[in-house]
Amino acid sequence: MDKLNAFFSSIATWFVELKDEFVFCFIDGDRWKWLVDGLFVTLQITLYSVLLGIAIGVIIAIVRSTHDNNISTIRNSFGRAVLKFLNAVAKVYLTVIRGTPVVVQLMLMYYVILVSTDSKILVASLAFGINSGAYVAEIVRSGIMSIDKGQFEAGRSLGLSYTQTMIKIIIPQAFKNVLPTLANEFIVLLKETSVSGYVALEDITKAGDLIRSRTYSAFMPLIAVALIYLVLVVFFTKLVSILERRLRNSDH
Amino acid sequence: MTTDNTIIKVSGLKKSFGSLEVLKGIDTEIKKGEVVVVIGPSGSGKSTFLRCLNRLEEPTEGTIEFDGVDITDKKVNINKHREKMGMVFQQFNLFNNHTILKNITLAPVKLGKMKKEEANQKAVELLERVGLADKANAYPSQLSGGQKQRVAIVRALAMNPEVMLFDEPTSALDPEMVGEVLEVMKELAQSGMTMVVVTHEMGFAKEVGSRVIFMDEGVIMEENNPQDFFANPKHPRLKEFLSKVLI
Repeated sequence: MDKLNAFFSSIATWFVELKDEFVFCFIDGDRWKWLVDGLFVTLQITLYSVLLGIAIGVIIAIVRSTHDNNISTIRNSFGRAVLKFLNAVAKVYLTVIRGTPVVVQLMLMYYVILVSTDSKILVASLAFGINSGAYVAEIVRSGIMSIDKGQFEAGRSLGLSYTQTMIKIIIPQAFKNVLPTLANEFIVLLKETSVSGYVALEDITKAGDLIRSRTYSAFMPLIAVALIYLVLVVFFTKLVSILERRLRNSDH
Repeated sequence: MTTDNTIIKVSGLKKSFGSLEVLKGIDTEIKKGEVVVVIGPSGSGKSTFLRCLNRLEEPTEGTIEFDGVDITDKKVNINKHREKMGMVFQQFNLFNNHTILKNITLAPVKLGKMKKEEANQKAVELLERVGLADKANAYPSQLSGGQKQRVAIVRALAMNPEVMLFDEPTSALDPEMVGEVLEVMKELAQSGMTMVVVTHEMGFAKEVGSRVIFMDEGVIMEENNPQDFFANPKHPRLKEFLSKVLI
């Protein structure tokens, strides 16, 4: 009986200590605000770089697949030269971006390329957006290639131009096919922004780390940060699955 | 220049894929209102020939005049001419991301041929003609093969083409569904549409064709009116071919 009492009281003590630590880490000095500010920064960077990544990715994917499918049939020699040049640029971009770590790209962007900029959010959004664009490009390209050639030919046979066929017929189907992979890329991107601290940007990870260094307590702030990422990812995954279901209405 | 009632004139048409020469020099004329049926064994180049007519395949050599314009000319805007050449594919190729109605109206509206309401109205009329008015709001995946192909024909017709090109339109269909598609094509022929049909349906060639072309090894080996073509084949290769196919 004594042993059981001792056990319960030790659990009670543990909870009290936990509560004290929680108060110490987040309530004292309003340190929870750091997390909220950090969360806001993380979401901002993610949003901007997702948009930039999609824009770059779709353009690069179109350049690459247009080149691969049509270079032999384009009869205008100037057009062919332009397309070959753009394709070469796209390939260099893909190689460099996918061949170097994102942290290095981020630091290069901050300390070398955009030295004169004050906005760290801009720097981080550009670095992560340009990085993500390379992965999105290959995802979208695989989507375009997954569409049956007949869809394209049917569009062209009706008199639609290459661009009209791409926009009205190919891209929407390609997008639907790659949505799960694309969602995966965005989840990776969201978590990748956690290296923003390397350029002294206070995103959610950095905020947690600041609390840790200020309080000398690692458990509470790091677990909190991990939980926040987890909730975000679960939320976005749910959003994407709703979108997927909506888009699926054309195949029964 | 071509005479008045010639709509397509093909001269010295050659097509190679790499080192493989698929078409070795095709010369023929297609007149308005004609139903030209192209038959031949697999790999004879008949589909390639058809696809060269609207430049889905780029000819390697030779010229194709359509309405008196050489459409193999580099300066020609091929999209403008394709508007007047409907095409029906073996695999239907309906746009999977659009409803049947949108499949039909997309190109006429997008290309400024019709206003949206007008295009919708015409689409419904055409769908009624092929007995599919109730499918207007369905998606292609909800239709059978025969229904899809009838919609594909309607989609091409909605552009008011001068010529219809058919690339083995019944080859991917269940036997039961071949009839309903051929029936639509027959009605179309009777309405005076100029048609070029690549097919294995000898019955259709005999009954509906105004001229039959036999292609093999990348050339036209024989062409004639259907009666003489099937009754008195001259080329030994055609005799052999006809003896092997069931009519």
